[in-house]
Amino acid sequence: MNHQWEIICNDGFQFMGKMNASISHEIKNVLAIINENAGLMEDFTRMAEKGLPMDPERIKSFARKIQGQVQRADGIVKNMNTFAHSVDEPRKRIDVGELLAFMTTLSKRLASMKEITLTVMPAAMPLTITTTPFLAHHMIWRCLDFAMAVSGPNSTVEITPDKTEGGARIRFKLPTGLIGKPSQALFPSDVENALADVLNGQVRVQQDSGEIVLILPESIDG
Amino acid sequence: MPGKRILLVDDEKDFVEGLGERMRIRGFDIETAVSAKRAVQMVREKAFDVIVLDLNMPEMDGLETLKLLKENNPDIHVILLTGYATAEKGIRAMLSGAEEVLEKPSHIEDLIRKIEKVATRKMVKV
Repeated sequence: MNHQWEIICNDGFQFMGKMNASISHEIKNVLAIINENAGLMEDFTRMAEKGLPMDPERIKSFARKIQGQVQRADGIVKNMNTFAHSVDEPRKRIDVGELLAFMTTLSKRLASMKEITLTVMPAAMPLTITTTPFLAHHMIWRCLDFAMAVSGPNSTVEITPDKTEGGARIRFKLPTGLIGKPSQALFPSDVENALADVLNGQVRVQQDSGEIVLILPESIDG
Repeated sequence: MPGKRILLVDDEKDFVEGLGERMRIRGFDIETAVSAKRAVQMVREKAFDVIVLDLNMPEMDGLETLKLLKENNPDIHVILLTGYATAEKGIRAMLSGAEEVLEKPSHIEDLIRKIEKVATRKMVKV
């Protein structure tokens, strides 16, 4: 394995671990809410058995909360499944808007822990590329992670995809305070450079606009 | 033990509300906070017998919050809730001043037992 792949693999395992840990924590939270609402239904039923008046609307509200959490868990597990299968195909035609929506959904809990909102702006026209899905996910996470790290609490990271002659350009807006300040020392690091290289793309911080700019080719195979 | 004033802190509103109502049914005096900042503010304003605190929250995580609570009131009793109670997390929590760690989801009786345990410690100390 050459040095570049060694860098990608090491960080890739950490990326997978981080995403899986975040997903499992979210599932645990869902289970905890279901547990308390099921417990409330049991408590109220026991009180009714003892002759205390029971409001059916309260029981319905607990059932509705449980159903809501089941829906939430279903969405989480679907995303987990999509993420797990992203390693299946070395090449796939993907919609860039869908790719960004998926990655921001997957990163939502981690962003929320930092009090950051992730917003994907719609592309002006349909935008598809042929790439390696897992590596594209990894690359987008690295950009999001840096953008979140330099953005303070209560901020929004805006992600804008657009079409270029050779493929797709994705811009991650950084806080205005970073405009014009040298950030090459921090980003892109060896990991982002290695990923950009194997994806046949480019990544850089655009100093004048204060954005991370990620370029992905229309086809990874050129 | 019912009658003790407990503060439940977790950013999942439906969780603290559900658990809070179940604890009230069992006779506890319950208040809830859905952020660490709010919890710190509430502890400054009122006395609580025990704080039940989630480890993973926005703004400040449970350990940071615990540190801040302990700085303000070293005698405060804290039980940490976590999705995964690993030995490492348990040790870190205990070193930060938590007296008990409980994994979510948990049986309410387990939580009550832990509350009774730490509240009894307080009574002996006083």
